[in-house]
Amino acid sequence: MLKLATRNIGLENSHTLAVARANGAYSRLEKALAMAPEAIVEDVIKSNLRGLGGAGFPAGRKWSFLPKDSPKPRYLVVNGDEGEPGTVKDKYIMIHDPHLLIEGIIITCYAIRSHKAFIYIRGEYDLPIERMERAIAEAKDAGILGERVMGRDFALDIVVHRGAGAYICGEETSLLESLEGKRGWPRLKPPFPAVEGYQRCPTVVNNVETLSYVPFVIEMGGQAFADLGCERNGGLRMYSISGRVNKPGIYELPMGTPLRQIIYDYAGGITDGRRLKAVIPGGSSCPILTADEIDVPMDFDSLAKIGSMLGSAGIIVFDETVSLPEALLVLTRFYAHESCGQCTPCREGTAWMAKIIQRIIDGLGRPGDADNLIRVARNVLGNTICPLGDAAAMPVMSWVTKFRPEFEEWIRRGRPVSESPVPVTRIGERLERAAV
Amino acid sequence: MSIPAYQMVDHPGPVTWSDAARREIDAIFSRYPDTRSATLPIIWLAVREFGWISPQVEAILGEVLKRPLNEIHSVVTFYTMFPQRPLGRHHVQICRNISCWLANAPELLDHLIAKLGIHPGEVTTDGRFSLEAVECLAYCECAPALRIDGRYEGNLTREKIDQIIDGAR
Repeated sequence: MLKLATRNIGLENSHTLAVARANGAYSRLEKALAMAPEAIVEDVIKSNLRGLGGAGFPAGRKWSFLPKDSPKPRYLVVNGDEGEPGTVKDKYIMIHDPHLLIEGIIITCYAIRSHKAFIYIRGEYDLPIERMERAIAEAKDAGILGERVMGRDFALDIVVHRGAGAYICGEETSLLESLEGKRGWPRLKPPFPAVEGYQRCPTVVNNVETLSYVPFVIEMGGQAFADLGCERNGGLRMYSISGRVNKPGIYELPMGTPLRQIIYDYAGGITDGRRLKAVIPGGSSCPILTADEIDVPMDFDSLAKIGSMLGSAGIIVFDETVSLPEALLVLTRFYAHESCGQCTPCREGTAWMAKIIQRIIDGLGRPGDADNLIRVARNVLGNTICPLGDAAAMPVMSWVTKFRPEFEEWIRRGRPVSESPVPVTRIGERLERAAV
Repeated sequence: MSIPAYQMVDHPGPVTWSDAARREIDAIFSRYPDTRSATLPIIWLAVREFGWISPQVEAILGEVLKRPLNEIHSVVTFYTMFPQRPLGRHHVQICRNISCWLANAPELLDHLIAKLGIHPGEVTTDGRFSLEAVECLAYCECAPALRIDGRYEGNLTREKIDQIIDGAR
């Protein structure tokens, strides 16, 4: 099986410059620095490399939106905030192959003519932060970063910026606000960050995984990279899989690999040989799939076609014993907690949805609560500045629609349809007197 | 000991930056094109220096960052990782989000509550431990998971939690 971004993971001391260099690091940079910046952007457009943080926007096209004639400095901001439930991939790159990410950053900065990059890493990630900082220092000492990158007339400085606990800061404009030292309140778009981003200067925001594939686009050429994936979805990506499967973990596979194959062939099938009930294909914000829908190819367009999303490719698997209304309470409570409070539909709607599901779980559901949930979700969807509102509304709408009888039974009887072998009703929230 | 969430806890006396912290502040400023962008790193430094962000700490943050107190307070309170009261020497954050929940996290939270004798949001009377139930830590592949003293622990069982807690005493 071909591996790219995960190729060096597992090698001893893969995070050090010596081991990374012996395994290809910075050889792609040499090649890129001999190319014209525009040629690199062209190649990345041709590669069909998509934004792997979740939005799936073509990376090369994002770069091409930077204004050509602006006198302001340009910035690259790397999104390593990795907070989407079910998504665990970026930390593997930052811990085990930080030089791959640095190489991708340098190539990208050269291509977009930026001399300063920030890596925004979630505050809980001590080890990834430590590894990135050490790798940057090593690269500086080796002349790979600094006033003259690899001895060329190109200067680049990379700064690691630590987040402080806010899911919303994974949204690119919220991340920029946070980087500027403010509350992470998302900005209205347009203007898009390419025009007015960090410090109102032209800025590209890319995910860690996206940038880690850039060296391979250079190595093999855009067309060859595109050919590894499927139509309009180039290359490979790192699928995270967790929940009720035998072998949870990350699997680097071609874009468009069928979901069934990932669950059964790679992740070893469902725990204890149970039956599959439902799957979230791309992180908790993506509409849920039933067991009948898992033959879908895992790429941005195929999942959009069946009404879900590839998102961050964080697959979460539910077996037949899981009570979905209780699972949805976990998610709605999460979105209510993480809503930044800026837009009324999201601030109020996320809390209402959590309250309605809580009362259903408590056996206090009222007739019509299933419709109430869908109505509240519909009033949030599309009515907020950033996608957090949508991210909270879409699971509610899809779960309640696709598994309505289970919700109705809970509303009627206040008890699970099937008794779960795992005690699932006790949830920490009510015990919590105050957040520390 | 339970303190309402909205209540910041004062430091016993005035707080001042150490010389090392002052040098660190200069180094942080040199990394950014403006002073405001240094806000989060300098609040992190204050957490390391003073343990938590009190009104006195907010005041000296306002001085070095040249920002009004209301802006400092709005930032400090927006992010969940800036404590506004003393934490235990070992701060335990157990994940309660979906993948950990599927892996029995609620029962493990109960176990922690019983073992430590505190609920989320509280500190043990000897000041050794504080407990917090948090959203996704991004360790779903090793669910259920927790974070203690800046490191992740996964594939938790009651026994493993006992080892971790006993090892941290």
